[in-house]
Amino acid sequence: MENNVVIRVCMGPAGIAAGGRDVLERFREALASAGLDASVKEHCSSHQVGCLGLCARDVLVEVHTDGQKHTYQYVKPDMVERIVTEHIAGGKPVSEWLVDDSFDAFYEKQVKVVLSHCGVLDPEDIDDYIASGGYEAIGRILKKCLPEMVIDEIKASGLRGRGGAGFPTGLKWELAREAAGDRKYMICNADEGDPGAFMDRAVIEGNPHAVIEGMMIGAFSIGASKGYVYIRAEYPLAVERLKLAIAQARKKGLLGKAILGTKFSFDIEIKLGAGAFVCGEETALIASIEGERGMPRSKPPFPVNRGLWQCPTVINNVETLANIPYIMRKGASWFASYGTEKSRGTKVFALTGKIRNTGLIEVPMGITLREILYDIGGGTESGKEIKAVQTGGPSGGCIPASMFDLHVDYESLAKVGSIVGSGGMIVLDEDDCMVNMARYFIQFTQAESCGKCVPCRVGTKRVLEILDRITQGRGRPDDIAKLERLCKGIKSTSLCGLGQTAPNPVLSTLKYFREEYEAHIIDKKCPARVCKALLTYWILEETCTGCGACRRACPAEAISGEKKKPHRIDPEKCIRCGMCYEVCKFSSVERE
Amino acid sequence: MVQITIDGKKIDVPEGITILEAARRNGIYIPTLCFHPRLTYFGGCRLCIVEVKGFLRPVTACTTTVNKDMEVNTSTAELEELRKLILELILSDHPHDCMLCEKAGACTLQELAYTYGVDGFQFAGERRRYSKRDGNPFIERDLEKCILCGRCVKVCREIQGVEAIDFGYRGFKAKICTNFEEDLDCEFCGQCVQVCPTGALTGKLWARKGRQMSLREVETVCPYCGTGCNITVHVNRNEIAKVTAREDSWNEGWLCVKGRFGYRFANSPERLTVPLIRKVPRGEGAPEKVEDLFREATWEEALDLVASRLLEIKEAHGPDSIAGLSSARCTNEENYLFQKFIRAVVGTNNVDHCARL
Amino acid sequence: MAGLAAIFGSGAMTNSIREIEGMDAIFIIGSNTKESHPVIANRMIKALHRGARIVVADPRSVPMTRFAEVHLKMRPGTDVALLNGMAHVIVKEGLMNREFIEAATEGFEEWKRSIEEFTPEEVERITGVSRDDIIRAARIYGEARNAGIFYTMGITQHTCGLDNVKAIANLAILTGNIGRESTGVNPLRGQNNVQGASDAACLPNVFPGYQKVGLPEVQKKFEEAWGVKLPDSPGLTSTEMIIAAFEKRLKAMYIMGENPVVTDPNAHHTVKALETLDFLVVQDIFLTDTARLADVVLPAASAFEKEGTFTNTERKVQRVRKAIDSPGQARDDLSIIMELSRRMGYPMEYSSPRDVLREWGELWPPIQGITYERLEEEGLQWPCPDESHPGTPYLYKDGFPKGKVPFSPVSFNPPAETTDEDYPLVLTTGRNLFQYHSGTMTRQVEPIEAHCGTPYVEISPGDSRRLRIRDGAAIRIVSRRGAVTVSARITERVAEGTVFLPMHYREAAANLLTNDALDASVKIPELKVCAVRVEPVKRR
Repeated sequence: MENNVVIRVCMGPAGIAAGGRDVLERFREALASAGLDASVKEHCSSHQVGCLGLCARDVLVEVHTDGQKHTYQYVKPDMVERIVTEHIAGGKPVSEWLVDDSFDAFYEKQVKVVLSHCGVLDPEDIDDYIASGGYEAIGRILKKCLPEMVIDEIKASGLRGRGGAGFPTGLKWELAREAAGDRKYMICNADEGDPGAFMDRAVIEGNPHAVIEGMMIGAFSIGASKGYVYIRAEYPLAVERLKLAIAQARKKGLLGKAILGTKFSFDIEIKLGAGAFVCGEETALIASIEGERGMPRSKPPFPVNRGLWQCPTVINNVETLANIPYIMRKGASWFASYGTEKSRGTKVFALTGKIRNTGLIEVPMGITLREILYDIGGGTESGKEIKAVQTGGPSGGCIPASMFDLHVDYESLAKVGSIVGSGGMIVLDEDDCMVNMARYFIQFTQAESCGKCVPCRVGTKRVLEILDRITQGRGRPDDIAKLERLCKGIKSTSLCGLGQTAPNPVLSTLKYFREEYEAHIIDKKCPARVCKALLTYWILEETCTGCGACRRACPAEAISGEKKKPHRIDPEKCIRCGMCYEVCKFSSVERE
Repeated sequence: MVQITIDGKKIDVPEGITILEAARRNGIYIPTLCFHPRLTYFGGCRLCIVEVKGFLRPVTACTTTVNKDMEVNTSTAELEELRKLILELILSDHPHDCMLCEKAGACTLQELAYTYGVDGFQFAGERRRYSKRDGNPFIERDLEKCILCGRCVKVCREIQGVEAIDFGYRGFKAKICTNFEEDLDCEFCGQCVQVCPTGALTGKLWARKGRQMSLREVETVCPYCGTGCNITVHVNRNEIAKVTAREDSWNEGWLCVKGRFGYRFANSPERLTVPLIRKVPRGEGAPEKVEDLFREATWEEALDLVASRLLEIKEAHGPDSIAGLSSARCTNEENYLFQKFIRAVVGTNNVDHCARL
Repeated sequence: MAGLAAIFGSGAMTNSIREIEGMDAIFIIGSNTKESHPVIANRMIKALHRGARIVVADPRSVPMTRFAEVHLKMRPGTDVALLNGMAHVIVKEGLMNREFIEAATEGFEEWKRSIEEFTPEEVERITGVSRDDIIRAARIYGEARNAGIFYTMGITQHTCGLDNVKAIANLAILTGNIGRESTGVNPLRGQNNVQGASDAACLPNVFPGYQKVGLPEVQKKFEEAWGVKLPDSPGLTSTEMIIAAFEKRLKAMYIMGENPVVTDPNAHHTVKALETLDFLVVQDIFLTDTARLADVVLPAASAFEKEGTFTNTERKVQRVRKAIDSPGQARDDLSIIMELSRRMGYPMEYSSPRDVLREWGELWPPIQGITYERLEEEGLQWPCPDESHPGTPYLYKDGFPKGKVPFSPVSFNPPAETTDEDYPLVLTTGRNLFQYHSGTMTRQVEPIEAHCGTPYVEISPGDSRRLRIRDGAAIRIVSRRGAVTVSARITERVAEGTVFLPMHYREAAANLLTNDALDASVKIPELKVCAVRVEPVKRR
């Protein structure tokens, strides 16, 4: 066989979890035993690549032969042999295992910048990155550019922080460059903590050198010679790959003293975070690097003026930094051609919840929610209607289906009470209780509050207590007013972003789903039938066959009835576990 | 100097100071709980929030420095409502036992609750409960009364250099902890007690010795080392209830364990209360018990005896056979008079004190 | 503090405590500042936060070393060598202040020759401190714009105490670190009114205000003021009094507020001496070990029970106010002295302490401007010659009273008592944070006793292993003069070969062991070094 054969096995965490390592091994074995190693060894390589994006269908395997690409989904180790014999050796793809049309739709509306090399390059090989044009930008910058020129380019690109607040990156760099101080620091915030968001991990695992190059360009621009990557210890694979990448970069003289023979010196140290959500807040992150408890500090002063060790410091998140090399390589106008006027470029989102295609997507800013949810996400698996989408994780808000024509950009989302945030998107359908959802997020932020400021420490606790009692059927008529007073107060008086945004899930659901709150409080009903304490179960006499399955399944012995005669549930004894509802073959158990 | 506007008043203030400092210097009141002038900024209690033109949300006056032409409002209906909410939240997690609290009458939180007319029942809910009592002998740590203002943590680090305590846990469970939550074992300077705005930190010796309104304050100097810290002695009837230091004194309110907690000797039952005259000769075999060694005497008798014996010995052996040893713990006046007595009355220069020891 | 007075003109701290915050370098030698002067240590920590560099020289790892850039852990009693060694480095590296040396000092060349032998290598041999640390410390002190030196009894309580002080002064004038704000030489006073007791002349060789006994004009001045003929030869120092009592040259003693049985060296000897007296009066607030030996015990008022003034270590006269009444019939010292004086035919008429201060001010101009009225608000630092004078935060702004300051060549002499086969360990004594001096006051305070009420000796892990001593075990410490039994505290704070015994505990009085050898000129006993051995105590 004359042509290059490349096999790409998704080795993102979801891929690994689905058995990616075994699949990879099996490919190597099968290729060897098929005698393909002798004839195709030099051309056929098994890459372990980063996230391919569509985690729901892992393990995904791409087979490139003769300039053609075929993608297999749900690959198991025992399927490998057939793929090797029929497809690679025999030249006939195994059609029934290939992805269907919706897989292509998943990619059609996406534009990959940050993720463009994730799943393509071998993240453990610096040469792969270099061959793809990596470190070209920094090389050119060091030889030909002034820091101001780089900053102007980034400003012209319109890139804004991808970590949450959306502060213009070029402006941030400019402020740090202009701030007085001999020592300055460049920090990469990889303390991704939003439930359901994992794009930063995917980028570091899939293309760590882009982050390193981004940091180098930033450091050069602001005048820093030392950088830190603050990364969660819970991301062992990312940490490992980053360490390796840094070591490789040092070996090539891309990090260290007098880089590429210029006066520019820069090195990167990895700091492991211990999993405190609040350490993603930049001042808390600084405190943590300084060896103190990760508690936010008041702003102003902003880190660009007085950050790490009181020196001017730029903190950019992973995705922001990974954009930088591509902007510098292809130019600000190329980047700015994507997105809207105020929100340029692309953004990575993590689709989770009640959606067919869960996983990472990268889309141009300004795309509508509808396009994301239906064209890319494929709607719900169950076919039920999507009720709302929670964007921006615990700091974001809930956007109802009626607003799905909203364009996804910083301003539009803020206008409706949510945020872009780090890019989490949790899709909710009619089986999701909005009060319970708000309660879940408040529980999260309350537990993650650092305890420093009163509104966040005590205020979110009180909000949680009120939501607890509402979902338990003990809501009081004035609870909605209390929630509104508390949430507004917490929003405007909390010290850091964590507290200031913590009430968003509550405020947005109060705004768009107020009737659900009222149903809980006044009617003592949970419309989505999620809040157990508000459910009542009963058996429809008409259809009950008296099979006794429910009686046997009931752990509380709340069901009684003679054989072949309609059974009944004792509401006093019922613990609302739903077992009877699950086991009934005749849909005779009703609940409300 | 820069000109700023606070509550519509144009004032000139030095560059680089905070809005809070600027306001206080100009007699404008902004409530605070966590702010302490001798410690670094914290910004945790959020009570000092003010509105600054151009800022989306209120900023804390204690952490924000003034800028040229800044326009600040310290008290609007909205700000006062937010402050009230914050106080309600603090009080919702605070024992309502002022009637038993050592700090009543001197408690900043109590004062603010009174001023704002807030009781905290609006958001009544779970309260932090801690049953374990810190076993150290000096400092009572009632963490249920702690509002996590962080002053104690900062004073321990920034002033004392000890770092015996820090924040622990997260969320509602956040609390000030010692290492591994063991009993406090530190220098017991009590700086933390001094700066605590509530009754969370008090002296164990203070318990039920008297509260603010029943105490008389006397400004004096610490009787221990040569540093000469200024102290305030709080007296209830004729007993020292506690010792504190004024923050506007030269020692800035700081003391050490001896100065702050070492006052109890004055009220010790072991104190000498009557003159004593020896009953038995000195030397080997002298009895152990005080009553076997000495008998009580009147001042007249004791003074007469001392005067007559000193005169006799002076007569018989000359003035240089007598010596006086004074104390570095007596006052200047007493020392002056003592050496004058030895020199002018006894007639010898045999006078010294313990400077060398 | 006579040593410092001989050099500069005054023996007091040259700076005020507040100025510490402005120092760039702080050199602490022989002072356990964090435990003995905690609030002064607070200022040093503040200075540290502002960028000051701290050097601590101490045989023990005292708490202040936590804040020090360099800790010079020298062998006890080798201070002179260490100080000369630092001076050697400063001279060799040209870090001295030539302008100041030229303008304000004399004898530089001769002195410079005297320190030539103190090379870092030689000093390392004598002190056990690495040459690198000596050089680093010298640079920190020498390079600072404003440097201050702080010391206490760790410097003075040696047979070479005066030499130690001279060596310190040499460093200060070598670098011009005196006479400016935040630069100076600061002996920290251990007791609340040592400065005042000295100023008021409870000293055998001077009248109030350091006016020399025996000088005709001084004698005349005081005789006229007090209306009586005054003795004109210096009297006995406290340690000499004990010797004189032992030798029966002294017949009677009047002790006011002192407890020499616990605080003086060689306690057995002190007790014997006091027992030998014909008559002993002790005036105190508790029945101390010394009071138990008295013929008459007079109950006195505590510091909380009287009006008056104290002068702190920075020469600041501050008001003492009465907070409570004395218990029972106890009286303040002032009225007791006046009563005795009247009975002995010399009536003293003072209606209040205020009159006493006024009389004293008339006889000593530097405090003439200090009045009770002015002290109402805040203390005043002498010199304060008139009522409009604001007081003097730091000394020698306008030069030295004696003109040029001499460099004083000092040679290194080992301590009076050295270790040998029978007494192989060096005992050093001092204070801990919680107790105070002889414990008369602090040992009456329940929490202090609960926390730190048991005597202990600090011993190094190495020595304890060698001697098979476990932490907390009872051990006997034996010197040529006595023995005490205490529990062992094994700690890295002390170096191997050294043990540390706090002075506060009468049941294990350090001074049963210490040497009463004196510094020949200033009569301070060598409390900081004596030779001992340690024996485990067998359980009965």
